[in-house]
Amino acid sequence: MERYPATKGGGRGATATAPGRARPAPQEAESAADLPPLLLLHRPRALRRARSMALPRLLRAAAPRLYSTVPAPAPAPAPAGNRPRADDDKLLTEPLSHPDFFSVKELFTLKDLFDARVHLGHKKGCRHRFMEPYIFGCRLDQDIIDLDQTMQHLQLALNFTAHVAYRGGIILFVSRRRQFCHLVESTARACGEYAHTRYWQGGLLTNAHIQFGPGVRLPDLLIFLNTLNNVFEPHVAIRDAAKMNIPTVGVVDTNCNPCLITYPIPGNDDSPAAVELYCKLFRMTIIRAKDKRRQSEAVEELQRKAQGK
Amino acid sequence: GNHRSLACGKCVHLKLLICTTTAVQKRNVGASGPEKYTEAFIKKQIEEFNLGKRHLANMMGEDPETFTQEDIDRAIAYLFPSGLFDKRARPLMKHPTEVFPEQRKIQWGEDGRPFHFLFYTGKQSYYSLMHVSMLFVINNKNICDILNRNLAGSRWLTKIELEEMLLEKVSDNDYSRFIQLLQKLATLPCADIEEKYIQKFSKEVPAQLQKVVIEPLQHDERGVAFSTGEGKRKTARATAVVYDNGTGRITVNGIDILHYFPVLQDREQLLFPFQFLGRIGKHDMVCTVSGGGRSAQAGAIRLASAKALRSFVTEKEVEFMRQAGLLTVDPRVKERKKPGQEGPRRKFTWKKR
Repeated sequence: MERYPATKGGGRGATATAPGRARPAPQEAESAADLPPLLLLHRPRALRRARSMALPRLLRAAAPRLYSTVPAPAPAPAPAGNRPRADDDKLLTEPLSHPDFFSVKELFTLKDLFDARVHLGHKKGCRHRFMEPYIFGCRLDQDIIDLDQTMQHLQLALNFTAHVAYRGGIILFVSRRRQFCHLVESTARACGEYAHTRYWQGGLLTNAHIQFGPGVRLPDLLIFLNTLNNVFEPHVAIRDAAKMNIPTVGVVDTNCNPCLITYPIPGNDDSPAAVELYCKLFRMTIIRAKDKRRQSEAVEELQRKAQGK
Repeated sequence: GNHRSLACGKCVHLKLLICTTTAVQKRNVGASGPEKYTEAFIKKQIEEFNLGKRHLANMMGEDPETFTQEDIDRAIAYLFPSGLFDKRARPLMKHPTEVFPEQRKIQWGEDGRPFHFLFYTGKQSYYSLMHVSMLFVINNKNICDILNRNLAGSRWLTKIELEEMLLEKVSDNDYSRFIQLLQKLATLPCADIEEKYIQKFSKEVPAQLQKVVIEPLQHDERGVAFSTGEGKRKTARATAVVYDNGTGRITVNGIDILHYFPVLQDREQLLFPFQFLGRIGKHDMVCTVSGGGRSAQAGAIRLASAKALRSFVTEKEVEFMRQAGLLTVDPRVKERKKPGQEGPRRKFTWKKR
């Protein structure tokens, strides 16, 4: 992938895509307002601009969460601190003009992925049809995942996560593997984000205002370390996130369905080494993004103070 | 007219306050569901309570400043006398913090981000508890083997106690999983921190087995050793005083047993403990008995005398007596009659038509 259009951290490129995947619109114009509306929670003005752009009709129609008529006692939260609008724009639009603002490419190499056994898939019989584009080949009945594609997808996913974390979005780690439940929760805690590695109650996302109380804020990104639940079926959260217009990042193994996941990462999700690698990468990206945000804000403060004087 | 309407207004206000506050007398588990009592609501209730307290003090002709909770209770009992038996059903006026169960406040900050990292699971306190316990289990690398926990004298928290601790509803499955995790942690070699953590969830059980104390012999003015015992059977209650160095004379309610118990069976019952121990002619006995019938009184005296004889005898023989059934209270009493039947067991005569 050589070309990096100045939108949401890179387009799809030449990767073959599985049919029927719900994705945001592929080609959009260069301005900052073309981000998927989800990232502009705190910016109703920019939101309206985005709406008028060429977004898929479905996405616009099925987005009640944002233009919510659900009773929320608090008004739309203003960004923390009373910074003037011009600076806001600069803080939020500047990262979008770089293809890899947070330099996530440096965090991992192909050799790291290979050593962590990310390329090992399940047996041929377990293969999911929609995962065929991501599979390099099959040796002695075991599928091998194409690590070049994994690199690209991983870079996209990490970049997206970094942008979400930069804007103060809520990230929810989901995994239903008992083996890695503790690890995932510790990772989430270390980043200052949230985790859900337990039994998923039906209405957590779709019925949140009744389950949690009015005015609750839903997660802005869901990260799946394991897409399947304990009965080897796709996790309910994938479908619910798609319903609620929440983007998802997920590690898909050869027996998983990558359809509804916004940024799939084809890779092994069963080996402890692989899962530890993913956790480490996500943790580093999120911390990096948050640090960068703090730095930028501090720089802005200093500049404004200098100007004010 | 003015004064009357004012009083009426106060009464109505007071009534309102009292009616609303009696409603919530349920089991004190906070947050069963999303926020039921917002902070604003509780504040308003507190204001109303304070206002009502002053009105009440004025009504009773006392000083509003020094009107304590006991005065309130007395005033309410005077103004609203109630003959209801259940104390919780009577009108009451208490501070709202005592009435409304403790609830969890809003779980997220100004920017909408929740405070707890497991907020989106729905049961954050319970799952964070599981997380911490699992952390102890995983990090357990101790080689030392300190298993000096007194497992016999302690029990785990019950489900209700856990709910009160977490302020969250806990299902049966969740509770059993938590207890299993604690038990697993308890079996591992534990260090000090883990001991303290486990102690938070275990409670002392007072030892239920109390050894029966055999009273020592007492001596009367003449220097003769004696001992007392009490016994009961059906509705009969008996006390027996057994004297040492006796000739085998037994008196019941001041009457000799030959006259009190004309039937041989009853006299045999009385003598059974002595015959069992081989001390027939060696003790005197003075008994008092009341209630029951002929046979019941005999059984009661038998038990009383056996209990008294324990003081004269070795521990081995006490054990023999216990195994012979001399020291056990006979639990059989008259069974009640049931409706639809003629007696406790007898049904009415069945008629084909």
